[in-house]
Amino acid sequence: MDIEQLDPTPEDYAFRDEVRRFYDQNLTDEHRRAALLTTWALAEFEYGRSWQKILYARGWGAPNWPVEYGGAGWSPKQRLIWEMESQRARPPEIMRMGKNLVAPCIMTFGTDEQKAYFLPRIISGEDWWAQGYSEPGAGSDLASLQLQATSDGDDYILNGSKIWTTFAQFANRIFCLVRTAKMQKKQEGITFLLIDMDSPGIELRPIYTIAGEHEFNQVFFTDVRVPKSRRLGEENAGWSVARHLLLYEHSAGLLRMVTELRWRVRWLNELVGLEADGYGGSLRDDPDFSRRLSLLEIAVEAADFAAAQLIADAKPGAPPDATGELLNIRNRETAQALTELGAEAVGYYGAPDQRGARKVVTDVPVVGPPHVLLPMPFYLAQRANTIAGGTPEIHRNNVAKHLLGL
Amino acid sequence: MRYTWSEEQRLLRDTVERYVIENLGFAARRDKPQTPRAAWRDMASLGLLGVAFDERYGGGGGSPLDTVLVMEAFGRGPVVEPYVSTVVLGGGVLRHAGDEALKAELIPKLIAGDTLFSFAYAEPRSRFNLANVELRAQTVGNGYELSGQKIVVYGGPEADVLFVSARTAGDTRDRDGISLFMVPADAAGVSRQDYQTMDGLTASEIAFDRVRVPAEAIVGEPGGALPTIERVIDDAIVAVCAEAVGAMSALNERCVEYCKTRVAFGQPISKFQVVQHRLVDMHVAYEQVAALTLRAALALDQDPVSRGRAVAAAKVQLGQDAVFVGKNGVQLHGAIGMTEDLDVGHFFKRITMINSLFGPVEHQLRRYRELRGHNEGAARGH
Repeated sequence: MDIEQLDPTPEDYAFRDEVRRFYDQNLTDEHRRAALLTTWALAEFEYGRSWQKILYARGWGAPNWPVEYGGAGWSPKQRLIWEMESQRARPPEIMRMGKNLVAPCIMTFGTDEQKAYFLPRIISGEDWWAQGYSEPGAGSDLASLQLQATSDGDDYILNGSKIWTTFAQFANRIFCLVRTAKMQKKQEGITFLLIDMDSPGIELRPIYTIAGEHEFNQVFFTDVRVPKSRRLGEENAGWSVARHLLLYEHSAGLLRMVTELRWRVRWLNELVGLEADGYGGSLRDDPDFSRRLSLLEIAVEAADFAAAQLIADAKPGAPPDATGELLNIRNRETAQALTELGAEAVGYYGAPDQRGARKVVTDVPVVGPPHVLLPMPFYLAQRANTIAGGTPEIHRNNVAKHLLGL
Repeated sequence: MRYTWSEEQRLLRDTVERYVIENLGFAARRDKPQTPRAAWRDMASLGLLGVAFDERYGGGGGSPLDTVLVMEAFGRGPVVEPYVSTVVLGGGVLRHAGDEALKAELIPKLIAGDTLFSFAYAEPRSRFNLANVELRAQTVGNGYELSGQKIVVYGGPEADVLFVSARTAGDTRDRDGISLFMVPADAAGVSRQDYQTMDGLTASEIAFDRVRVPAEAIVGEPGGALPTIERVIDDAIVAVCAEAVGAMSALNERCVEYCKTRVAFGQPISKFQVVQHRLVDMHVAYEQVAALTLRAALALDQDPVSRGRAVAAAKVQLGQDAVFVGKNGVQLHGAIGMTEDLDVGHFFKRITMINSLFGPVEHQLRRYRELRGHNEGAARGH
């Protein structure tokens, strides 16, 4: 997407320049490096946190929120310009579960007290939220979750565990779907709770990924007391809260994904120029490699234009339809194919385990030239792209049912 | 033609497999960590280091098929010992280029597990072109002086002796003028940067700064080492293809088992047709790679063109089908397949590394096409 496609006015150009200036002046080298080193969803936590504080100080802590909660009051066009400039600048990816996921739910379903307490802490970067959805026995089939919440006076008492909780080691709060009743439909009897991570009885087990990163955790709950005042929405009505959140995640996800794809194409083009082909030229000269890269580049152009159309046609406030889900099936696969090509591009240098050198601040030297550091861990970590947020197998079922009426 | 395994070969396979599961595989390594060379000594006493070598050096008889059997079993571990670097690559240089005296001296030490070898051939600008050798060996007095750099030398940290490809004549990418040198790992001027690889093996970046070696350090024909190097690498490609075949079979077993027990949407996920078809495709993929690996092993002793085509074909198939099985092994397990806790992710990573090793699909296709041209040319009487 490009600003010229938006039918821009002089004010739009001025806004773009303002955003661009903000990025130029505030994004430090460490922020940029943190963004560059990100192999999966989020940048090294410290740099996301400090970037959120800078955004907040500028009044852009959560620009898409309603103005009453601190949003920037931008037009849809300005939001798109913001996204494009963000793509250009590449800030570190902030731990977004608070700002993007739980906050819209609190706005829709929360009590006045909950709104007044939680929202300011999220936008200021004081609170960091983890998402407690998946369980060992409930992944893509989320509604079969089992974490037990028993009513006891003004509290619930929680027993069970959540898993694949990204960055829970940095979170001071966690929102969870818990089972409060056994009913005929498994979607009923689920309740949405807002929980403090320092509650007695919560324990973390780190889970290391095949790329060597500590991103995931299992969070164990043993007789954890949560006040009922921390329930979001009605008891046993947590599934409708969760659905709201998932919709939000999907629509924001499409734009983020396309942005990411475009960046990866540029990245890969640079990469093949830096790699020798072994026959006196660069890998760019290799016809087989070039062909694969060009095919992916074209797939990304299609993804980009299709997403732009979908976003331009969307009615403000309406829930996104299944077309976005359909587009993202291919986009995730394209994203993986790009990282696969990257991993092959670096040849023998895909092999060294360089987790020590992959930190923002480190004294571990890179094995080989600098550009070989990331492609292999990037490829390995991106296998999650077709697992997290529901597998393509599940999404295909959804699209078949809801869009094609099969 | 159908190849049937002999009774001895079946016995070898069963023995190695049992040993791997009990001692060297993922679960065994996690549950009872061993001291570095203990496993190596065990492998020596079981005769595993010698299967590829002639009986007169204390080896098992030298059939490439025996190596295939051992590597398949290792693939099911997965095993992280420096077997390919020492036995297949280092041992390959000795077998194919060493003179009688050198073989008689070093092969027994290799088989006994006393001396470990490694083969340093890849360079910063060579990619997968084996003829691309910049590391120089200059004549100095009645010996040589080696200067240059080798990259991602598997088994480098463990090696006592390095075999090194070096240019004694000609330009960087000439096929002629390449020689093989034997260099003690602790020779003056050799410096190593050691590291672990993503799949749990070890490797080194090795810099040679005016390393002095005597004239006898040349192994094989001076200036004419490339055909030997190609042969050694082809042996190694077949070995890692077999390793990938083992990893694929283990992954397929894990996936069938997991899909039958993992419940989602009220039933085991193995009841979903999309999952069934995927599992069937993974088994088809296994058969394809296993078939071409065996055919390549049987072609190793044929002429270089037939051998090269068979080996390139196996590696191409691996790049498509083993990679398919690796990725889907993770996919069918979901997030748990992406963790260090489960062997599934380790099989996937090993297959991923093997795919790049010695050149992935593009490189092998180039080679396959070039050799086919060679064959057709020969048939037309050129």
